[in-house]
Amino acid sequence: MRRSVFMAGLAATLLLGMGALGVSQKNFVASAQQKSETTEVKIDNFTFGPAGLTVPVGATVTWTNKDDIPHTVVSTDDPKAFKSKVLDTDEKFSFTFSKAGTYPYFCSIHPKMTGKVIVQ
Amino acid sequence: MAGKVKDEILHDHNHDGVDRRGFLKCMAWAGTGAFCVIQGGVLKSYSLSRLPELGAKEAMGELSFVQISDSHMGFNKPANPDVAGTLKAAVDKINGLSVSPEFMLHTGDISHLSKPEEFDTVDQILKSAAPKDVFYVPGEHDVLNDDGKQFLERYGKGSKGGGWYSFDKKGVHFVGLVNVMNLKAGGLGTLGHDQLEWLEDDVKHLKPSTPIVVFAHIPLWSVYPEWGWGTEDSAQALAYLKKFGSVTVLNGHIHQTMQKVEGNVTFHTAASTAFPQPAPGKADSPGPMKVPAEQLKSVLGITDVNHVQGQHALAVVDSSLA
Repeated sequence: MRRSVFMAGLAATLLLGMGALGVSQKNFVASAQQKSETTEVKIDNFTFGPAGLTVPVGATVTWTNKDDIPHTVVSTDDPKAFKSKVLDTDEKFSFTFSKAGTYPYFCSIHPKMTGKVIVQ
Repeated sequence: MAGKVKDEILHDHNHDGVDRRGFLKCMAWAGTGAFCVIQGGVLKSYSLSRLPELGAKEAMGELSFVQISDSHMGFNKPANPDVAGTLKAAVDKINGLSVSPEFMLHTGDISHLSKPEEFDTVDQILKSAAPKDVFYVPGEHDVLNDDGKQFLERYGKGSKGGGWYSFDKKGVHFVGLVNVMNLKAGGLGTLGHDQLEWLEDDVKHLKPSTPIVVFAHIPLWSVYPEWGWGTEDSAQALAYLKKFGSVTVLNGHIHQTMQKVEGNVTFHTAASTAFPQPAPGKADSPGPMKVPAEQLKSVLGITDVNHVQGQHALAVVDSSLA
C-alpha cells in the first residue's frame, strides 16, 4: 500500500517535470523567432547573404530578393526540402526548419548562386 | 572604297580566309557595329558607317537572317523602363536593313518572368517585322515555374524533348539547342545526355561541306564561368561538329556582343534588345547595367547574318539600335 502511494507521487513529479520542460522548449523557439536578424537571408548582387546560416530547430528563415533580376531558392536535396516560386524584386520566401540537419540550396535560374542552412 | 586594300588578308595560315589582323579588326568593331564578309576566301571587314558605300553584291549573301535576343519583356527597372519600346526599335532596324532577312532567330529570354502577357506582347511586336518566320530557343527566364511547359506550347511545335530541333535553309543546316533546363547547383548551362545523343544523330548524315549554324541561349563557349556564362557539356556538342568546315554558334544571355574563332567554329553572342550587362568580371555581379538614357540604344542591338553559298564562313554583323 505504501509502495503504490510512493509510485503515484513519483509519477506526479515526473509529469510536473515534463510540463516544465515543455514550457522551456516553447520559450526557446520563441526566442529564436525573435532574433530576426539571424533568420533573414538577403539576395543581393547574385549572392545569398549570408551564404551559410545556422539556426535552431523550428526557426523560420526568410529570403528577400534585393536584385533587379528574379531569383529562386531551391533545395539541392533529393527529394527537395523546399522550393520557392520565382522571386521578383523585393519578393520574399519563408521556410520553417523543423528537423536538424544541413540544407544546401541554390538559385535554379543562376546555379552559381549557392547557400546552406544548418539547423541544430 | 579607298581603304579596302588594307583589309585584305596578309597571313592566311589556315587557308580559311581569316588572318589574325583581319580577325582582330572585326573584334575591335564588335559592339560599335562591324560588317565582316568572306568573299573568294578573303575576309573583308568594314565599319557599319561605310555600309552605304558597299554595292549590293558585296553586302548580300544568298541567305540572310537576323538574330535578336534577350528582349526580357516585363522588365521595368531603371536599366530600361521601356523594353517594349526598344524591341520595337529593333524591329524598325530589321525592317530598315538593305537586304531583307528571310527569317529571325530569337535566342531566348523572350520574357522576363515567363508570364503569358509578356510572351503575348513580344509576339505582337514581332508581327510588324518584315521577316515572318521566327525560330526560338528558350532562355532561363522563359521556363520559370513550369519547367518550360508554356514555352513549348507556344514555340516548341515540332521540337524534340526539351525543345531542341533542326531545319535546313538554302543548304545551311540550323540547329536550335536548349541549355537552360535542369540546371545543377554550382554549375553552368546544360545540354544533357538526351539532347547530345539527338545532336550526334542529327548531323551524322550531313556532308562535311554543309555550313552549320547552332543557336542556343547560354554561350556554348566558356565566356566567364564565374558568372555562369558557359555550358557544362558544350565540348561534347562541338565534338560532333568537328567534321564540318564551317560552324557558326550564335548565343545570347550575356547582353553584349562577343566573338571568338576556334578552328572551324566561330562563336558569337548578340546584344540584348532590353538592357546591357557588364563585361566579364567588371562589376560585382552580372546584373543589369544602368547607362545614361541617351546612351541606352547604343548598347542594345541586333545581329544580321549572311551566308554566301560556296564560301567558308558566315558574315556576322552587329548593329546597335542607336
